[in-house]
Amino acid sequence: MVSILDIIGPVMVGPSSSHTAGACRLGLIARNLVGGTPQKALIELHGSFARTGEGHGTDKAIVGGLLGFRPDDDRLRTALEIADGEGLAYRFAKTKLGEENEVHPNSVRITVERGDRTSVMTGSSLGAGRILVNEIDGFPVEVHADHHTIVLVAEDTKGSIARITTLLADDGVNIATLRVSRQRRGGDAFMVIEVDQPPGDDVRDHIRALPWVRWAFRLDRVTV
Amino acid sequence: MYSSLASAIHDAESRALRLSQVALEAESLDHGRPVAEIRAALGRALAVMREAVGRGATGDLRSTSGLVGGDAAKLRSGPAGPLSGTPFRDVLMRALAVQEVNAAMGVIVAAPTAGGAGVLPAVLTGLADARGLDDEALIDALATAGLIGAVIAERASLSGAEGGCQAETGAAAGMAAGAAVEMLGGTPAQCGHAVALAQQGTLGLVCDPLGGLVELPCVFRNATGSAIALAAVEMALAGIEFAIPADEVIDTMGQIGREMDVRYRETAGGGLAATPTGRRLAKERLYQMKRG
Repeated sequence: MVSILDIIGPVMVGPSSSHTAGACRLGLIARNLVGGTPQKALIELHGSFARTGEGHGTDKAIVGGLLGFRPDDDRLRTALEIADGEGLAYRFAKTKLGEENEVHPNSVRITVERGDRTSVMTGSSLGAGRILVNEIDGFPVEVHADHHTIVLVAEDTKGSIARITTLLADDGVNIATLRVSRQRRGGDAFMVIEVDQPPGDDVRDHIRALPWVRWAFRLDRVTV
Repeated sequence: MYSSLASAIHDAESRALRLSQVALEAESLDHGRPVAEIRAALGRALAVMREAVGRGATGDLRSTSGLVGGDAAKLRSGPAGPLSGTPFRDVLMRALAVQEVNAAMGVIVAAPTAGGAGVLPAVLTGLADARGLDDEALIDALATAGLIGAVIAERASLSGAEGGCQAETGAAAGMAAGAAVEMLGGTPAQCGHAVALAQQGTLGLVCDPLGGLVELPCVFRNATGSAIALAAVEMALAGIEFAIPADEVIDTMGQIGREMDVRYRETAGGGLAATPTGRRLAKERLYQMKRG
């Protein structure tokens, strides 16, 4: 349903909702994957991001997102300089993530390192500030970041979904959507759980404490 | 939200309400938010719009590529023209100002998009300031503009990549014209005619930015889009009626957008972007950016 406030908005740093606001949101997601400002980031731009990204400030917007700036933050314009001051060593490269008709033209792969944690994601900016993250650490996912989202990979164990949903309910978190898939029976299953309330550290820790959970990420809702 | 302007106009007229009132009512019902909260959010958008007008008017901004910037200031303090001292020149100045801020990575309200963000603030704050209207009147106007934009999004498109510039600055002109007519005392039916009059004047407008950057001609399209909106406001308030209903004009815009060649939809493959000068400028500027 279209909202007046979607039409009269968002408030954002220009010049382009897809190349600037959406790019910033992708940077924010990558930041979330390592739980804070990364020390190192490799940003590989594909398609239109690679061709016109600099003119649209896509580079600054992604680095700004990695620094935790939101799409309406004035500091996006000077994000590259700020990154130098904050010890974020970023590097840009052009890449081809796939054939033109298979990969969205505004796509990027971001590899981030913080402490002993390294994570890699690919995502696309779909227009009007909307984004889609389609791969995290080699697992296909589908994250729009319009909700607070929990992404986890677990052994394919009976009752795992029941266990997770009970755990979230006990922590007072309401589930908006839940998607589970696996590559084969008995293989790893991954779950993308969109929730209405921001899950606290305790929720994440409870999930990570489950012996059959391989890894779990909490992705904050990123609005434009 | 309404999916046709005809139904919104009918609702408003049968209950002796204004379009902004039925828009706020529908928004509140759809999303379970009190009207006061929606008005407050529109008020925050208005404050950002005013700030952008103010920043851009100073003229010290350059876009990332250096292709645009500093032209709003020429309308503010440059040589006089036949329309100096009228709201017309002031509205053009404000449209350039907001788009120059956008191109320089400043903060704007994407209403309906970043590329068409200059039209609404220019037309609405320009006319409100000329008439001495307060922010409450402007917040109502933004609600009406939001309603019109929602109908366009539903029936056609608000994306240059999908429908060309007619879906960005063209849509913005329709939104601004309808909203301004209500703000200046017009009836809901007159608002509908203003939307139709503005949008008929932008049908077929292509999206052809140099190098794919939201700079040239985008900055100037916002000024000319505002001029078309002003023409529509003047005609609608004079009682001129456009024979094709606004919804059908909007549907036409959507249809033309779907049939528009991809070169004319934000890809820099056609139009001004493909002219010899357009290609040369884009190449030079992108090269300079890479070097420095």
